[in-house]
Amino acid sequence: MTMATADWREQIFETLQGHDIRQVYYVPDAGHSKLIEACQNSNSMRAIVLTTEEEAMAGTLGAWLGGEKSVTLMQSSGVGNCINMLGLSKTLRYPMLMLITMRGDFGEMNPWQNAMGQATPKVLEATGCIVFAVDRPEDVQPTVNAAANMAFEGNQAVAVLLRQKLIGAKSFGKN
Amino acid sequence: MTATLHRRDVVKALMQDPTDDLLVIAGLGQCTWDITAAGDRPQNLPLWGGMGGTVMIGLGLALAQPRKRVLVITGDGDMLMGLGSLATVAAQRSANLAIVVLDNEKFGETGNQATHTAPVAAGPSDRGAGTDLTAVARGCGIADCATVTAEAEVAQLVRDARAKAGPIFRTVKVMVETLPAAMPPKDGAHLKDRFRQAVLGAA
Repeated sequence: MTMATADWREQIFETLQGHDIRQVYYVPDAGHSKLIEACQNSNSMRAIVLTTEEEAMAGTLGAWLGGEKSVTLMQSSGVGNCINMLGLSKTLRYPMLMLITMRGDFGEMNPWQNAMGQATPKVLEATGCIVFAVDRPEDVQPTVNAAANMAFEGNQAVAVLLRQKLIGAKSFGKN
Repeated sequence: MTATLHRRDVVKALMQDPTDDLLVIAGLGQCTWDITAAGDRPQNLPLWGGMGGTVMIGLGLALAQPRKRVLVITGDGDMLMGLGSLATVAAQRSANLAIVVLDNEKFGETGNQATHTAPVAAGPSDRGAGTDLTAVARGCGIADCATVTAEAEVAQLVRDARAKAGPIFRTVKVMVETLPAAMPPKDGAHLKDRFRQAVLGAA
């Protein structure tokens, strides 16, 4: 892993702290693992591990009803588990910030990931989410910051797709 | 065993003399009508959708408002769709969260088809799996779980749901009844805004 990739992961954590995110919903994910660890070790954040990603949309609503901001960290395959719940944000108009590590996207070596990976931005847009995609390390922090502003200032669902050009495709022992 | 408890009576007891610190999330369908029949108030979130998510809304709220009591009232159909959330609740150990499932063993909104909580031997068109939600919740790691079947147990149920250190989980076996719908406001943004204003003040 290069220094540049370590940097953008730290920048996401700092950006979430800067927005006073208190609840971090996640299903364990290799692409988000360093960020999840940072959130687990944070004094101001509670890291909430889920059994399935759709729990996050409901948890996010509860957090917002109680005055706390949250974020959801998941893989693109998890977006497929969320479709009905994604619509809650449009119905109740509450902020939903999602940081999604892509699979089935660029150089994926597990074909079982491709169908949902390719459907991910379409599904998010179809349920009313604003979607940003990031390919370059230098774009991560400004995009996450912009997404958080739009979510929390606009009572809006916003997803940031961290693409495989950025995070790399899982190699399964091949290069 | 045939259920004898009336759901509306149980919910009325659960929500009797509510203080502003009692925050109630109700699962879609009959539970939404039940809490509204007990008295619509801004600290209620009656759901019209989002099936399977009721417990998680309660958890996110309980974590955000640890000094207030969060009471989730939902049905067996909604609970069965979100069983995993019971493990998620167990992992967080929220002391201010109570989950009450009104279990009539039916999908009430779609024509009273049997859910998995119905008995196995209920007949070919009405057969369930005998799923015991209290056992599921306990198996997920929620230590304080019980099933309520009798009128004499309701007063204790109410004390536990309103005040006992949680998370607590109660299955309440209730009758299958056709009841008039008591409809709360339907606009989700309005329900959310009035709730936040009541809990957080004008913002």
